[in-house]
Amino acid sequence: MLDNLASATTKPKMSARDVRVFYGPKEAIKGVSIDIDMDNVVAFIGPSGCGKSTFLRTLNRMNDTIPIARVEGDITLDGENIYSSSMDVVQLRARVGMVFQKPNPFPKSIYDNVAYGPRIHGLAPNKAELDQIVENSLVRAGLWNEVKDRLQDSGTALSGGQQQRLCIARAIAVDPEVILMDEPCSALDPIATAKIEELIHELRGRYAIVIVTHNMQQAARVSQKTAFFHLGTMVEYGDTSDIFTNPREERTRDYITGRYG
Amino acid sequence: MTITATFFLIAGLGLIAWVFARARAGRFIQSGVASVHSLPSYHGWYAAMWAVVPAILFLLVWSTIAPALGSYQVLESPLAAGLPTDAFERAAILSEARALSHNPDLKVFNDAAVKLAPLYAAADSKYAMIGALAAFLLCFAGGAFAFTRIRPDFRARTQVERTVMFGLLLASLIAILATLGIVASLIFETVRFFGMVSPFEFLFGLDWNPSDKVVDGQATGFGAVPLFWGTVFIGAIIAMLVAIPLGLMSAVYLTQYASANVRKWMKPILEILAGVPTVVYGYFAALTVAPALRSFAVSIGITDASSESALAAGLVMGVMIIPFVSSMADDSIAAVPGSMRDGSLAMGATKSETIKQVLIPAALPGVVGGVLLAVSRAIGETMIVVMAAGLAANLTANPFASVTTVTTQIVQLLTGDTDFDSPMTLAAFALGLTLFVVTLLLNIVALQIVKRYREAYD
Ligand SMILES: Nc1ncnc2c1ncn2[C@@H]1O[C@H](COP(=O)(O)OP(=O)(O)O)[C@@H](O)[C@H]1O
Ligand SMILES: [Mg+2]
Repeated sequence: MLDNLASATTKPKMSARDVRVFYGPKEAIKGVSIDIDMDNVVAFIGPSGCGKSTFLRTLNRMNDTIPIARVEGDITLDGENIYSSSMDVVQLRARVGMVFQKPNPFPKSIYDNVAYGPRIHGLAPNKAELDQIVENSLVRAGLWNEVKDRLQDSGTALSGGQQQRLCIARAIAVDPEVILMDEPCSALDPIATAKIEELIHELRGRYAIVIVTHNMQQAARVSQKTAFFHLGTMVEYGDTSDIFTNPREERTRDYITGRYG
Repeated sequence: MTITATFFLIAGLGLIAWVFARARAGRFIQSGVASVHSLPSYHGWYAAMWAVVPAILFLLVWSTIAPALGSYQVLESPLAAGLPTDAFERAAILSEARALSHNPDLKVFNDAAVKLAPLYAAADSKYAMIGALAAFLLCFAGGAFAFTRIRPDFRARTQVERTVMFGLLLASLIAILATLGIVASLIFETVRFFGMVSPFEFLFGLDWNPSDKVVDGQATGFGAVPLFWGTVFIGAIIAMLVAIPLGLMSAVYLTQYASANVRKWMKPILEILAGVPTVVYGYFAALTVAPALRSFAVSIGITDASSESALAAGLVMGVMIIPFVSSMADDSIAAVPGSMRDGSLAMGATKSETIKQVLIPAALPGVVGGVLLAVSRAIGETMIVVMAAGLAANLTANPFASVTTVTTQIVQLLTGDTDFDSPMTLAAFALGLTLFVVTLLLNIVALQIVKRYREAYD
C-alpha cells in the first residue's frame, strides 16, 4: 500500500497513516493511508457505504460529533497530528473546511452566512474588513454577481446551486488551507453542477481540495488524483488518468466499467 | 314502560336483527352464489342499523316533546280550569304537579298541584306507552326492510361504511357545536351586560369595584383594566420571565447535551410535571411561596408587602408552564436539520456558539409559537391565582402587592350570592368572553407561526 503514496518531492498538506474508524464495534474504515497535496484535486470514488464520507470526516475531525465513532491511526496537517491533544479542533476546522452533500445554508442573510466563520474566529477587526472578506469570498465562489444587490436576503431563499456556492463561499471566508467536499453536486441539476465543477477548477492550487463523488465522469473532470474505496479499504490511489484508463486492481476496473456499485 | 327500558329492548332487537341478517347472508355463500358483494357480518350490521337507528332517533325526539304533550293534555282537563293565567305561576304549579306524580311524598307549596298530579301520572304514562310502541314499530319496520334487501349483490359494506363515516362526522361536529353554543351563550350574556355598562367603560375603565348599584341607568365599578393588568402581569410577564429561560435552557440541555439515557429519564419527568393538577400548585403558591416571599420582602424593607402577591402566583405559574415551553422548544430545536448543526461545527464553531447562533435562531419561530401557547394557557389559568394572587384589584407594578386576574374575578362574581341577571353575574360572562377572544387570537397566531416554521423545514 505504501508504494501508492506520493513519492513527490513536495511535502504533502495532509497525510493519513493506517487510519481505522469504528462505529461502535463495527469497523467502517480498515487501515487507510493517503497523502493529499496542495496542487491536486483528489477525488474519492467507490460504491455507497464503502466509507468515503467516514474517511473524509476524519480529516477535519467531524467524526467527533458522532458519539459512537472512534478513530485510530495518524492524520497530520502540515506534519502536525490533528488528533493530538495539543490540536485545537476549532482551529483545525478553520483550516480544514467542509462542504456537505445537501446545501445547508444557515437561516440567516446571505451576508451573515458568509460572515459567520470570520465572526466566530475574530478574523475581521471592523465592519469594512468584514465586508471585504464577504465580498472576496462570494467573488471567489462565483456568486457575487448574482447576490451583490441582495446580501440581506435569506440564504435559504436561493436556488439549490446558489445555496451550495454560498456554502463554498462560507467555507472560503475563513481562509482555509484544505476544503473537503462530500458529494457537493448530488442534490443539484446539471447546470448548477457544471458551475460547481468550474469553481473547483478555479479554486485548485489555492486550497488543497478533496471531493467525494459517486459520479465517475465528475471525478475524471475535476480531479488530478483519484482514490478508489471499497468495503472500508482504499483499493487504489493514483493519477486520475491512470485510474480511469489503466487501473492496476481488478476491483477498480470492475467498478469503473460499471460491473458493480 | 320507561324510556330506558325501551332503549335496551331496542338494542336487544338490533342484536337479533344482526344475528338473523348475518345468518341469512351466510347462506348465500354456503349455497355457492357466484359473486357475493359483502361479507355476512356487513349484512348483519346493515340490518342492525336499520332496526336501531331510526327507533333511537325517534325516542330521542319523543322524549323531548312527550312532556309538553302531557302538560297539554292536563291543561285540557276541567280540573285545570282554575289555574292562574300568569304563565310563570302556572308553569310553577305544573312542574310541581309533575314532580309529585313521580314522588308522592314530596312536600308541595301549591295545593292546586295535588289534584293535578294523578292527571300527570296518567298522561305521562300514556305518552310513554305511545312512544315505546311507535319505537318498536319503527324497529321492526327498519329491520324487516333491511332483511328484504339482503341479496348476494346488495352492497351492504358500502352502506355500512357510509353510515360509520356519517357517525364519525357527527361525533366531530358535536365538539364544534358545543364550542359554538358556549360562545353564543357568552355573547348573549355579554350583550345583556353591555346594556348596563358601556363596553368602553368596561374595557378601559380603571376602577374595578363591582356592585349592584345603578347610577343614571349605568352600573358602576366595572372598569376591568386592573384585572387585565393583573392577568398580564402574572401570566404574561412574571410567569414568562420564569418559564421562557428555564424552559429554553432545559430544551437545549435535553436536545444538545444530555446523553440518550438522561434524556430518556428527564423528558417523561418533565411531562409528568405538566400533569400535576393546578390546585396542587395553588397550595404550594399560597402556603409556601407566598409567605416566604412576604417575609423576604419585609426583610428587605418593603413594609407594605401583602401575604398574597403577584410574584408568588407568577413564580409558581411560571414553574407550572416550564414543561410546556420546554417541550415546544425541544420539538422545534429537534426539528432543525442536523445538517445545519454540522455546517456550523464544520466552520469551527463550538457547541455553545452553534446553539446560540444557529440552532436557536433557526428554531425561534417554533419557540415563539410555543411561548404564545404557553401565555394563552397562563392567562386562562385559574386555580393558582385564586389561591395565591388575591382579590384586590390594584393597578400596580409592585410584584409584592396583591393583584387580581380575570379568572379570579369570574370565580368571585359567579360564586357570590347575586341574581342571575344582576350586572355582577353578567360581568363574569363579559370577562369570560374577553378572555376567550384573547386566548383564541393567541392560539391562532401561535399555530400559524408554528405551521409556517414546520413548512420551512419539510
Ligand atoms: N453515524 C453512523 N453511525 C453508524 N454507522 C455509520 C454512521 N455513518 C456511517 N456508518 C456506516 O459506515 C459505513 C460507511 O458509511 P459512509 O462513510 O457514509 O459511506 P459512503 O459515504 O461511502 O457512502 C456504512 O456501512 C454505514 O452504514
Ligand atoms: Mg457518503
